[in-house]
Amino acid sequence: MGALVLALTALGLSLVFGVMRIVNVAHGEFFMLGAIVAWYVSTLTGSFLLALLVAPVAVAGVAVLADRFVLRRIGYEPESTIVATIGLLYILQQTVLTTYGPYARPVEAPVYFRVDFPWFGYSGYKLVVAGVAAVLLLVTWMALSRTTLGLQMRATQQDREMAQAFAVPVGRVYTVVFGVGAGLAAAAGALIVPVQQAHYLMGLDALLMSFVVVILGGLGSLRGTLVAAFVVGLSDGAISVLFSPTLAKIVATLLVALVLAVRGRGLFGEELA
Amino acid sequence: MTLTLDRVNCYYGESHVLRDVSLRLEAGEVLGLLGRNGAGKTTTLRAIMGLLRPRSGRIALDGTELGPLPAHEIPRHGIAYVPQGRRLFPYLTVEENLRMGLLVRGGGAETLDPVLDLFPVLRERLRQRAGTLSGGQQQMLATARALCARPAVLLMDEPSEGLMPSLVDRLLDAVVTLRARGVGILLVEQKVDAALRVADRIAIIETGRVVREATPAELSAEPEVLLRHLGVRR
Repeated sequence: MGALVLALTALGLSLVFGVMRIVNVAHGEFFMLGAIVAWYVSTLTGSFLLALLVAPVAVAGVAVLADRFVLRRIGYEPESTIVATIGLLYILQQTVLTTYGPYARPVEAPVYFRVDFPWFGYSGYKLVVAGVAAVLLLVTWMALSRTTLGLQMRATQQDREMAQAFAVPVGRVYTVVFGVGAGLAAAAGALIVPVQQAHYLMGLDALLMSFVVVILGGLGSLRGTLVAAFVVGLSDGAISVLFSPTLAKIVATLLVALVLAVRGRGLFGEELA
Repeated sequence: MTLTLDRVNCYYGESHVLRDVSLRLEAGEVLGLLGRNGAGKTTTLRAIMGLLRPRSGRIALDGTELGPLPAHEIPRHGIAYVPQGRRLFPYLTVEENLRMGLLVRGGGAETLDPVLDLFPVLRERLRQRAGTLSGGQQQMLATARALCARPAVLLMDEPSEGLMPSLVDRLLDAVVTLRARGVGILLVEQKVDAALRVADRIAIIETGRVVREATPAELSAEPEVLLRHLGVRR
């Protein structure tokens, strides 16, 4: 489960970096915001399913506004966008702190069943999370490789200027990519709320792990991101359970350092889908 | 369709790279644009495509002003670009690169057949990634991709660069075929001979200024002009 949710979050980051060539430091906050929105919606309406639908859409909306009013104004200039998205990170985090508060609040899982193996039990909801995450990954993959918009996104990634020379409205593509990237993170955040609780600082860990995955997989490569998410997600889970979560993070970081030392562009450099 | 540039001035930062450039390209005509490195040939094409904004002057296709349009709308008016160094989308397949061309005009049901008939080598490589093609095949693809947009005006920037002579001939044949179909072609070339062979008119550009316009016959009669402006002895 952890691996698939991580893959979803990291895929959003990878997509944004790949197509727009910007490092979105606020990506973890979109994950957090997804969890918070899911908590509000499911608490107010009692429907977790609705929360799962509303959270990505609402967060994508926030991201689109951020794109229009911040990133576009600074011309997607790499250094400036890092500073701007750090600002965005604090704005989102502090807004949640002042409205939602410093609490960690759970949402009840929408399904109750346990899968019992002879030697251990497994919460059924975790399987649902894994399933939904897998479907979302597949849909994103299909959209990128089979649709016109996906083709235009890949073309924009490979040569922005030539994409324009072939009538791709690059500005609009950027807005969509930023929205979809944030929506994927928010979907992951919403999916994880019943397991992890919603908290205003939960985005930091998500950001760190996403970066580990994206760098390991090769910047801009979706295939690399998926493979790396499985490696990191599974090893993180196993080491956390068997030893300690801190050791798991140390191992993940060392893994990245090792891959970068041997193969500077990550496992699969420079390709989208 | 007629493409007109009227006293176009462009800058890269503070440096003045196009100075009052005026050109005129009619349908079914090949206009060769010659000049030394850095003279402003590529810049002229980039300005037409809207990738570089002129600070003054007018660029128009028939009655339509291209200057104020965003870059991605210019190709829809019938101008296609074969850039220097091909600049294919290297990780897209041959077919996807061609589809990028089709999409300029909406893309729906059109087939690739007319373009593939012109460049048959591409037909058997549709599923191959563009970046893995040979140099000659890449140039064919860059041209084919532009033609998929069914342009009225085609801008070609050094299409013969890095090609072996037999391929240069094939490419020039394609230029002639397109001209016969009524496409106006603005051909930037370093290979003066190639340009003189297919062009109806030649414009020579030097430090951002058009210094001479003539027919190939006139230029062939004045070798000193080519020597002075291009450093070419014929």
